[in-house]
Amino acid sequence: MKHLAFATGVFASAAGIAAAETPELVVYTYDSFVSEWGPGPQIETAFEAVCGCDLKFVAAGDGAALLSRLRLEGDRSEADIVLGLDTNLTSAAKETGLFAPHSVTADYSLPVAWDDDTFAPYDWGYFAFVHQAEFDAPTSLKALAASDARILIQDPRSSTPGLGLLMWVKAAYGDEAPRLWADLADNIVTVTKGWSEAYGLFLEGEADMVLSYTTSPAYHLIAEEDASKTAALFDEGHYLQVEVAGKLAASDQPVLADRFLEFMVSEAFQSVIPTTNWMYPAVTPAAGLPAGFDSLVQPEKALLLSADEAAAVRAEALEEWRAALSQ
Amino acid sequence: MARRALAISTATSAAVAALVMLLVLAPIGAVGLRAGWPDGLGAADWAALRFTVFQAVLSAVFSAVLAIPVARALARRQFRGRGALVLLMGAPFILPVIVAVMGLLAVFGQSGILNTGLVALGLPPVQIYGLHGVVLAHVFFNLPLATRLLLQGWEAIPQERFRLAASLGMGPQEVLRWLEWPMLKERLPAVLLVVFLICLSSFAVALTLGGGPRATTLELAVYQAFHLEFDLGRAALLALVQLALVLSVGLAALRLGTLAGFGAGRGAMRQRWDVGALWLKAQDAFVLGLATCFIALPLAMVALRGFTALADLPASVWRAAGASLIIALCSTVLCIAAALALAAARGRWAEMVGLLGLAVSPLVLGTGLFLLINPYFSPQALALPITMVVNALMALPFALRIVGPEYARAEADFGRLADALGLKGLARLRRMILPQIRRALGFAAGLAAALSMGDLGVIALFADAETATLPLQVYRLMGAYRMEAAAGAALLLVGLSFGLFALFDWGGRRGADT
Repeated sequence: MKHLAFATGVFASAAGIAAAETPELVVYTYDSFVSEWGPGPQIETAFEAVCGCDLKFVAAGDGAALLSRLRLEGDRSEADIVLGLDTNLTSAAKETGLFAPHSVTADYSLPVAWDDDTFAPYDWGYFAFVHQAEFDAPTSLKALAASDARILIQDPRSSTPGLGLLMWVKAAYGDEAPRLWADLADNIVTVTKGWSEAYGLFLEGEADMVLSYTTSPAYHLIAEEDASKTAALFDEGHYLQVEVAGKLAASDQPVLADRFLEFMVSEAFQSVIPTTNWMYPAVTPAAGLPAGFDSLVQPEKALLLSADEAAAVRAEALEEWRAALSQ
Repeated sequence: MARRALAISTATSAAVAALVMLLVLAPIGAVGLRAGWPDGLGAADWAALRFTVFQAVLSAVFSAVLAIPVARALARRQFRGRGALVLLMGAPFILPVIVAVMGLLAVFGQSGILNTGLVALGLPPVQIYGLHGVVLAHVFFNLPLATRLLLQGWEAIPQERFRLAASLGMGPQEVLRWLEWPMLKERLPAVLLVVFLICLSSFAVALTLGGGPRATTLELAVYQAFHLEFDLGRAALLALVQLALVLSVGLAALRLGTLAGFGAGRGAMRQRWDVGALWLKAQDAFVLGLATCFIALPLAMVALRGFTALADLPASVWRAAGASLIIALCSTVLCIAAALALAAARGRWAEMVGLLGLAVSPLVLGTGLFLLINPYFSPQALALPITMVVNALMALPFALRIVGPEYARAEADFGRLADALGLKGLARLRRMILPQIRRALGFAAGLAAALSMGDLGVIALFADAETATLPLQVYRLMGAYRMEAAAGAALLLVGLSFGLFALFDWGGRRGADT
């Protein structure tokens, strides 16, 4: 027995040394990604099983907060990967010069072509207004503005879906956007700080519709077996949110970071996304999407401003929004 | 005048004051220096400033004015459940913002109790969203706090004064003129000030209930400068504007409040002889009934929504609750120690230093600390200690406002006796000050603990996946569509905050009447 104890001791300390030498990959992401209901824990287990490394998620608010955190830290950042920016933020992110090009290629199932050499997508979704199935929803942004449907939206200054709606209206209506906002003003019950507040208020019955995603009803259907929610299809098309990740130039684990980005578009990562992040995976898994996703509405037209366009029109669009809703 | 012996040395007070100033000013400086000076504020920023001040003034006036009859009724009535009602008065103030908003909407929202009732009666529904909604929510938060602060004023009038008033045959009008009004003149400016300052940093409440960008507050402008535009210079400038606003309003308000000087006595009045008239009883019953409904209904809705989910909360919620409890207790100790040290200084400068915690935007404070710490330590490793210190700083203005006047009163009434007995240092603190301010101390500690418990604070800037406080966990649950579990976790949060508050408050009140 003594020998056995001795042997165990040796192995234990050998394991200890191995642990000390295990490289650590630090991934900055948003809050809901790392929570135990998000994709984080499953992805950590799956990647650690193949990488011989320690994957560490650090959460920093939402996408916008993530980028400001990174800018505060500059090239002293511990982060190797930043995961969770969207196309409204990537232009500013690229401008910081903190990111290195990636070499990921995949057969993306995005509704648009992807050719960004700094950021690789991991999931996407259409913004949409979610409502109770029995509600007779308008069929376009214009019809919504003309109707007396009551909606909840998020503030574009503090929320990524809020910013998404701003871009949606701008992409669909261009110079006519202020008119549409003026017509929408009397439909808006209130504007919340973030997605959670608006969605919570909607579930409490404060409004007919809430700005969310076409995939939101899938959560209720799959996790709660509740088919009472659906998303409204709009004629103008639906604005896309593409969520991306990028590798930091100052990373002390560049090889491992590349491996993570490759892993990100692989089956093991992508199959976790639909029922944890409640978005479409960037690469549809071989087994297809989970049951329930087939019942979601399918927009015919996807709207998306390029990262540079989005950055260029943001200030103007924000001012139009503020002016129209402050009347 | 001969120098008084001191319970806490001037050097200690000065050191604490310097530390507080450093903690507030260094982060603003760090943010500002990082960016260089901006050109100035835009039209939207000025609009935000105007709205922020306007809603804060309205909220402060409504909260303080409505609190007078409530506190007066509580002060002059003895009834079953009075203690519980006084305790309940602590609850709204300590609610996390999102929880309180949900509770309020369950009562006043589109499909809330009020509108359901109105529609059932064939009346048109009322709309909560707008400036009135913002003020309503702020009154819900602050009316109870204002009531407690004023009640403290009533309880500071020695019972001998009421006995004298009774033997002189004074009616309620005369008591108001000779006893209550001088007390109100002493306390009201500070109550108005505190509520004004709290509402100055409102963000989510103002936006959600304000109904849109009309209700943009300074705090939202700061958030926008940080996260959307990454304009650190503008964020620092906005923080300085807020600081200047708080300090100038603070100076003005504190100048107005003068010590009423009732002299020493045997503690608070329990029985009153001037208020026996039936119509006065009816009036007090009506006021207290209305206030109780206003406060308790939204709370009951929060409890109702969370109750079913409470049984099967995930383990991570309980872990977060543990972390929150530890943070709350530690920051309470820090906060009370700092409040005592500043109260002992008894100068206007100490009052102003105490206000600083309310004067600075949490986002600027957190980011500044992050910038200061990041070059030397990992911010994640320091997440919990920093949250403790910042929470203590944020609760300090309240603690000081509660403890300060009582400390001054104790020194004014019993200082000479203590001098004659040669009491100084810790002995003076223990034998003379603490027994006199016990009630205030309990209330202050309760508030500090509960505020720290419920505050989202700066943890969001520093946390990694494993460290989370309970409020952060509530937000994470909501972000993952788990609204029911979030409601359960929120109820747990409210329960723990209120439990801590009640424990300290009860401890302070117990045996305070001798």
